[in-house]
Amino acid sequence: MKLIFEKSVSGRGCSILPPCDVESASLPYGLERQNPPALPEMSETDVSRHYSELCRQVHGVNCGFYPLGSCTMKYNPRIDEELAALPGFTDVHPLTPAEDAAGCMEVLALAKRYLCEISGMADMTFQPAAGAHGEFTGVLLIKQYHDARGDKARTKIIVPDSAHGTNPATAAMCGYQVVNIPSAPDGCVDLDALQKVLGPDTAGLMLTNPNTVGLFDRNILEITRMVHEAGGLCYYDGANLNAVMGIVRPGDMGFDCIHMNLHKTFATPHGGGGPGAGAVGCKEFLRAYLPQSSLMQEPGHLQVRAFCGNFLVVVKALAYLMMLGAEGVPQAAENAVLNANYLMQRIKGTFRPAFDRICMHEFVLDLSEFKKQTGVSALDVAKSLIDYGMHPPTMYFPLIVHEALMLEPTETEGKQTLDDAAEVFRSLYALAHSDPERMHKAPHNTPIGRPDEVRAARNPIVRYVPA
Amino acid sequence: MEYPKELHYTRSHEWLKQDGEQAVVGISDYAQNSLGDLVFVNLPQEGDTVTAGEPFGDVESVKAVSDLISPVSGIVCAVNEELLDAPENLNSDPYGAWIIKVESVTATEELLGAEDYQRLCEEEE
Amino acid sequence: MGSYIPSTHDEQKQMLAALGLDDFRELYRDVPEQMLLDHPLDLPAGMSELEVSRTIRALAEKNRRFHTVLRGAGAYDHYIPSIVKYIPAKEEFLTAYTPYQAEISQGILQSIFEYQTMVCELSGMDAANASVYDGATAAAEAAAMCRDRKRRVTLVSAAANPDIINTVRTYCYGTGDEMRLIPEKDGKTDPEAMRALLDESVASVILQQPNFYGLFEHTEQLSALAHENGTMVILSCNPIALGIMKTPRDQGADVFVAEGQPLGMPVGFGGPYLGMMATTSAHMRRLPGRIVGQTVDDKGNRAFVLSLQAREQHIRREKASSNICSNEALCALTASVYLSVMGPQGLAEAAKQSMSKAHYFEQQLCRLPGVRLIHEGEFFDEFLTALPKREAVLSRLSESGILGGLPLKDGVLWCVTEKVTKQQLDEAVSIVKEVLAE
Repeated sequence: MKLIFEKSVSGRGCSILPPCDVESASLPYGLERQNPPALPEMSETDVSRHYSELCRQVHGVNCGFYPLGSCTMKYNPRIDEELAALPGFTDVHPLTPAEDAAGCMEVLALAKRYLCEISGMADMTFQPAAGAHGEFTGVLLIKQYHDARGDKARTKIIVPDSAHGTNPATAAMCGYQVVNIPSAPDGCVDLDALQKVLGPDTAGLMLTNPNTVGLFDRNILEITRMVHEAGGLCYYDGANLNAVMGIVRPGDMGFDCIHMNLHKTFATPHGGGGPGAGAVGCKEFLRAYLPQSSLMQEPGHLQVRAFCGNFLVVVKALAYLMMLGAEGVPQAAENAVLNANYLMQRIKGTFRPAFDRICMHEFVLDLSEFKKQTGVSALDVAKSLIDYGMHPPTMYFPLIVHEALMLEPTETEGKQTLDDAAEVFRSLYALAHSDPERMHKAPHNTPIGRPDEVRAARNPIVRYVPA
Repeated sequence: MEYPKELHYTRSHEWLKQDGEQAVVGISDYAQNSLGDLVFVNLPQEGDTVTAGEPFGDVESVKAVSDLISPVSGIVCAVNEELLDAPENLNSDPYGAWIIKVESVTATEELLGAEDYQRLCEEEE
Repeated sequence: MGSYIPSTHDEQKQMLAALGLDDFRELYRDVPEQMLLDHPLDLPAGMSELEVSRTIRALAEKNRRFHTVLRGAGAYDHYIPSIVKYIPAKEEFLTAYTPYQAEISQGILQSIFEYQTMVCELSGMDAANASVYDGATAAAEAAAMCRDRKRRVTLVSAAANPDIINTVRTYCYGTGDEMRLIPEKDGKTDPEAMRALLDESVASVILQQPNFYGLFEHTEQLSALAHENGTMVILSCNPIALGIMKTPRDQGADVFVAEGQPLGMPVGFGGPYLGMMATTSAHMRRLPGRIVGQTVDDKGNRAFVLSLQAREQHIRREKASSNICSNEALCALTASVYLSVMGPQGLAEAAKQSMSKAHYFEQQLCRLPGVRLIHEGEFFDEFLTALPKREAVLSRLSESGILGGLPLKDGVLWCVTEKVTKQQLDEAVSIVKEVLAE
């Protein structure tokens, strides 16, 4: 389809602003723009149709099943959107005196109360704008803690090799050397490997639990105890919290600080890649190190972005939490876990789970044998699912499983959807044996076929240039 | 898969050719084949110091990045900047597309001859 | 109690039975018994949608509404054309994840490609990323991308927004790199002080145009100083001003960053906002975050994909220059829609009117006794004045529904956008006049 620039017609526009009612001021000499920016010139009809055309080429949670592992693509309630769009929130300037923004302050206080209770933490900041940003904030708490004690020898952060890429990248951004430890075959922490790397240079450990293969690490209390005994702190990556919220709390597992992805666990939408919100909680002894805006709050603290974070996203998460309440939070977790186990059970007659035991909110299929038999790869299966109206699972992650497909159905899918998805997997398993060629070329019913990514990377075209 | 006899190899799949005082470094046919289509190369600059056994740059495919490990310690005296525009040369001509040349070589990694290296690659398969 | 679980109680039973289980708790057999919460969460009971709606609306009502906003300092109350709210609210845009699967994400990928193009048009640059969290993190990420093995130090103008400065300071604390503040002189970056701070360890200098006090900096002179030293220039600009102002590239910038909130996003008590970043082709591969590239599909049709991914954390892990994963894609879409609706003329008009109205307001205010500009120099849509009886003036304005300027140093930092009418400004001036006369 055409780019918006290819639809632009010189001289078109929308009537937005009235004529200026004061005398015109002009820029200092030499600072005027030489040429106007080549922005599109469109009527409002043009703009409306262009974006409608674009959105027809997108698969959202509203369109169909979206079992994208580790991303928790649950349904995003519309009421949350409506409430976050109230002018009573959207029109509040962040530098409004606190007494005039009492409603916003109360939203933050309430959200903090809910999330501290769920995570088992003492305090919380909403400044981080996403999960990775929360990790950065959390590991900076650890760094400040050691620095404040004058403990300069702690230069290493331990990360299991099954971790999300953001974990090691975060540790590096905090100036730490990353110590990767091999996971046990089930993706859980190998206690011997952990013991070997712990020492006076250990600043901390970053961990998700349930881990990235969807299993709960039963040794978790032992793990956090070992790290604490070595003088390190424990960071909980809340990416997988949806499995256990209201059931078991990271604070009770021995973690000292945590981020939670409001855009995963608490149902705020991903928006095609953001905005998210990465609330960071900590135990009492780390409270003094939480970031603050130097303009809005107290100067003299660290801060990871301007003002107090993605406030309107917090409104959405709060609305969701209020709706679920004390009993609804664990029920959501239980049903997320039930759905994952049920789907795995239905699929495992064909494709092989990497770990055939009760999983948490997600599970991993290992297609390496299947690929040897049929020549059909995890990628081919993923692309073929698209032709059945499903969003593909996460592919080739975690790295410790070969030909991995990771499925996370979430609690907002009903039994029928899971049964239908299992049937699709069954059909594809048969198709791989009868007509693998068709799967190599999938998807067949999309606006484009498989894109040439090598060409995109070798000769980058990253902006439109008129012919 | 080619394993030219006149070259030496590392276990991390770089090749090394002694050219007078200079050591010429590239990646092997096996390396380019297992990495797939290469799309970018991060190169050091002339004058940089490299250390045997340590990374001096990396090569990118669409979905992976792989360190280039220096087989020698010394000073980079030439960099094949053509690779910045044409990383595909590493795929099409791995033994012609050298990456760096090193002089003032002080130390060398443990290197393999062509036959031993070929055996290593076949084991890795 | 509210819930978004579609399966009925019976269906849940059937599913448990299919697993050979009687009870949900059996799903958690890997969790050590002593760790399971043995009591309900200490939280209110769940509510229906109607009750939640009532409760949260009541919270929104507790915020004071101002009919006139004369405060900026990093969050700007510009007019948002109506359609700008509706397009990002379309469910497909709203609920999709990062467009990893190009075949069913062309709409999002193309919209990001269009956004990148618009950012390049505003800034005069060759390549933009798909966004970072906000203007402050954009500056901090830019500082990181300018560092190399030899040059590690970042200079930041003291006349930049304090939240930008402190965010850059925080990111530098993280990597253990040094940040040095360039002192201001009469509200602007002091070129002599900057010259003295430049040495061969300095990777980049961060300047803001117009700066925190609304003043135009001599960016070309400052950029030349930096470049003579082999130092890269990061310029943080008000994106509305770019409708009429020389491009950052023409002002000497190597990296452009901006807080994109003025482009169609509400002030929203601080977020979500939009971190804009662009640079020249020479530095494109050093940009952090997602970048969408154009290619072809297997039939030769134009297609868009997430490209240059080997820079990113999910591939490069601890060697990635940034850990960014999720960004502000929907805000980038919002900015694209805003820029498409405004067009080049509309954006220029918003910039001109904001500037003109700010100047009108400044002239009227500065006729009052004791009110005067604190700094010499030309400004855009913000300016800092001395103001006698500051607290009394601001509180009287507030009582009349006007959010006055931000108290700062010994004065007040005022901001006027195109949204405010002459009549509103006259009303504000007369209130200030009244209080000063008391």
